[in-house]
Amino acid sequence: MEKVEIFAEMKRNRTSMVGLILILGLVAVALIGPFIAPYNPLTPDPINRLQGPSWVHPFGTDSLGRDILSRVIYGSRISIIIGLIAVSISLVPGTILGLLAGFYGRRVDESIMRLMDIMLAFPAILLAIFITAILGPNLLNTMIAVGIVYIPHYARIVRSAVLSLKEQLFIQAVKSLGGSNLRMIALHILPNTIPPIIVYATLGMGTAVLQAAALGFLGLGAQPPTPEWGAMLSEGRQYIQNAPHVAAFPGLAIFMLVLGFNLFGDGLRDVLDPSLR
Amino acid sequence: MLRLIPGDPAHLLLGEFASPQEVARIRDKLGLDGSYPYQYYIYLRSLLKGDMGVSIRSGVPVFQEISVRFLATVELSIAAMMISSFIGIIAGVISSVRRYSVFDYSSMVVALAGISMPIFWLGLMLMYFFSVKLGVLPMMGRFTMGLEHHPLTGFVTLDSLLKGDFRLFGNSLKHLILPSFTLATIPMAIIARMTRSSMLEVMSKDYIRTARAKGLSDRNVIFRHALKNAFLPIITVIGLNFGLLLGGAVLTETIFSWPGLGRYVVDSLLARDYPAVQGCILLFAVIMVMVNLLVDIVYFYIDPRLRVDGKS
Repeated sequence: MEKVEIFAEMKRNRTSMVGLILILGLVAVALIGPFIAPYNPLTPDPINRLQGPSWVHPFGTDSLGRDILSRVIYGSRISIIIGLIAVSISLVPGTILGLLAGFYGRRVDESIMRLMDIMLAFPAILLAIFITAILGPNLLNTMIAVGIVYIPHYARIVRSAVLSLKEQLFIQAVKSLGGSNLRMIALHILPNTIPPIIVYATLGMGTAVLQAAALGFLGLGAQPPTPEWGAMLSEGRQYIQNAPHVAAFPGLAIFMLVLGFNLFGDGLRDVLDPSLR
Repeated sequence: MLRLIPGDPAHLLLGEFASPQEVARIRDKLGLDGSYPYQYYIYLRSLLKGDMGVSIRSGVPVFQEISVRFLATVELSIAAMMISSFIGIIAGVISSVRRYSVFDYSSMVVALAGISMPIFWLGLMLMYFFSVKLGVLPMMGRFTMGLEHHPLTGFVTLDSLLKGDFRLFGNSLKHLILPSFTLATIPMAIIARMTRSSMLEVMSKDYIRTARAKGLSDRNVIFRHALKNAFLPIITVIGLNFGLLLGGAVLTETIFSWPGLGRYVVDSLLARDYPAVQGCILLFAVIMVMVNLLVDIVYFYIDPRLRVDGKS
């Protein structure tokens, strides 16, 4: 499909456009964050602690009197970066493993995919918890943990794409013309696996953001005073009785970002890869 | 692999100012000084005897600690599974029958929102509205302090019902509503979507047209003919979701202070309580295998074609 066509089709898909707007909006907030945040996200103001939403503090203040709006704005930078890095960590090895397993088949396939199956047998969040426990709780390790957990998903998707590609005539043609394996993989197979990868990576951004926030919520992710959304929620849990806004706004932000990626990813899937529907 | 986790349990147990002799004594007692393969051998050997070791933190046998918490988690998960399957399947069926209707559209939007929502946030918000604002549901725990529970099956709701203690039953049921609903959101959304697409596929088949042509009522066609055939992928999804439930349980239990396995494994990890963590991992693995087996058995039950294939 031509690029123009894809774009035109995406534009017709209203829900995916809503998703795109959500994503672009939050990315814009992340980019210009320092200019629009009304306060410093780390400066405490003990006199004005736990205040509800008002004109001075639109999202209220937290237990140390820090402005929640500013913290949510700065948090968007953290969450988006976590998502990007975590997805790259799972996408690159996942794609390579999937290509190898699908292309070479037999023993290579068996050994790679069984390993992937073992990783898939555990609930994602538990595996991520184990990995962060080994590496130690901080922001970087959160990204690594979330990234590693989703490697098998990409490997599977790429593998199944490769398996169906291998049977196709043009690959057979390259083979009979004497193209080397490397040439075949790099020039002919990889480019054709990109559409499903894009779809999955978009949906994966949402999942990664969610998982990272969950780790933050459990106290295994970003450590205070970093304005990470999950960690902010975990703090808000203590004040849920008198100051529900402390938890409400960071959670709403996570929801918006993840919803954006899911809506957009669903739309992309409909356009790019109808077979996955 | 667990031993890669930095930090020495003996140090954590004794605090910062322990003397080296004391540390050595504790390490010896916990069997931490042998080589890793040897430690593993010892662990496997005692495991065969049904001994999962002793929790480093509390000194109580791991099996004892885990079994109580495990039942709490299972109670929560089963409740969540029932809620999610029931609402999910019904919503999915209605959506597929009234395709492109307002109900279809809105339920699918809600389902997508359900997948995108951080359940720990949803849990907190539910807690705020129902416990703090309205005060109709309790905030945390399995039942109110002061009520007595003598374990029979370990499921508080079931135990109290069996013993005819309706006060405890009502109380524990109320405690169960918020956590199980929170835990149910994501599976519910997934089941609803799966049911819808699976039903849509089945509804376009010839035998459905035949059934309609015979003049069967709509209800009959939908439930006896379509839903029965659409069940296979739905059951698969429900089974696969069990893993999701176990994972979600970690978060839900943290929010509602539910004394289950999920929170226990996180706390054990943070305390480097190796035997406890090993026990939990083993249990999780066993559960996943059992659930997959169960799903396979259910397949045979609902799809006679598989039975024939199995015999030949």
